[in-house]
Amino acid sequence: MAKVTFNTDMCKGCGLCVDACPKNCLAIADDKLNQKGYSPAYMQYEEKCIGCAFCATMCPDCIITVEK
Amino acid sequence: MAVVFEKPKSLTDAPFHYCPGCPHGIIHRLVAEVIDELGIEGKAIGVAPVGCAVMAYDYFTCDMIEAPHGRAPAVATGIKRCRPDNVVFTYQGDGDLASIGMAETVHSAARNENITVIFVNNAIYGMTGGQMAPTSLPGQVTQTSPYGRDVKHCGWPIRVSEMLATLEGPEYVARVAVNNVKNVKNAKKAIKRAFENQIEGKGFSLVEVVSACPTNWGMTPKAALEWVESDMLPYYPIGVYKDRSAGEGK
Repeated sequence: MAKVTFNTDMCKGCGLCVDACPKNCLAIADDKLNQKGYSPAYMQYEEKCIGCAFCATMCPDCIITVEK
Repeated sequence: MAVVFEKPKSLTDAPFHYCPGCPHGIIHRLVAEVIDELGIEGKAIGVAPVGCAVMAYDYFTCDMIEAPHGRAPAVATGIKRCRPDNVVFTYQGDGDLASIGMAETVHSAARNENITVIFVNNAIYGMTGGQMAPTSLPGQVTQTSPYGRDVKHCGWPIRVSEMLATLEGPEYVARVAVNNVKNVKNAKKAIKRAFENQIEGKGFSLVEVVSACPTNWGMTPKAALEWVESDMLPYYPIGVYKDRSAGEGK
């Protein structure tokens, strides 16, 4: 099982991680705002995550840490 | 659990000032990962351009210097000649490298200066608000070409990699893209190669990274990366255009 951690307050909600995820685990939290005023990405289905780190590879703000 | 992916040590904790979805952050990270992997953080010197990446010196932990507009290869030439043991790289956009800095770029390539150039091509002037760049595509709508780039009036976009590959000078010229995971991984390989060439004393290496500008293209980050695939890559094909040690190109 893999663990994906977001530095949520640095997220700009661009959604590139959501599009990159092959298992559709991630989503944008439309009902939340972070410190910057963006709706951040979050892990919706942790059990489906395979730890491929595609999300972190496409994240332009380096806010994702992946453990496996 | 082992860490599979984390922020490279050669990047500072400062948040990027780039717009949401701007691939500059991806390219910064690739450069930082390569610096980490080659263990050259202590002797790398970066030259920041004028453009969106003007504040790149805030983001890298290695020594950085800010060059006047377009002059990064000239500044890097000076640093490298004075301090040949340091690893010197420039990080430039298309407005900086392909417009005002074209002379410095071509001549440093022709002299085969032992530097590494990271050239981010997003086909527009980002920082100044989306004006037409020398790399804007035919028909591309920008602030200064509201009816689309008219090639009869403005000329054709410049393919920098192909042009530099015709010179005898440069060691390595490659074009990569960062529009999907596969291309990002290949981009990192090319950037690593460009740094290794310098460490081995082989000479001028340029990696052109086809990037996106969601804000000034007026697209979502996802649509911008799709536009890179559908419109930019056909005009700017990915590939190695010159690799003297491998015998590719001229």
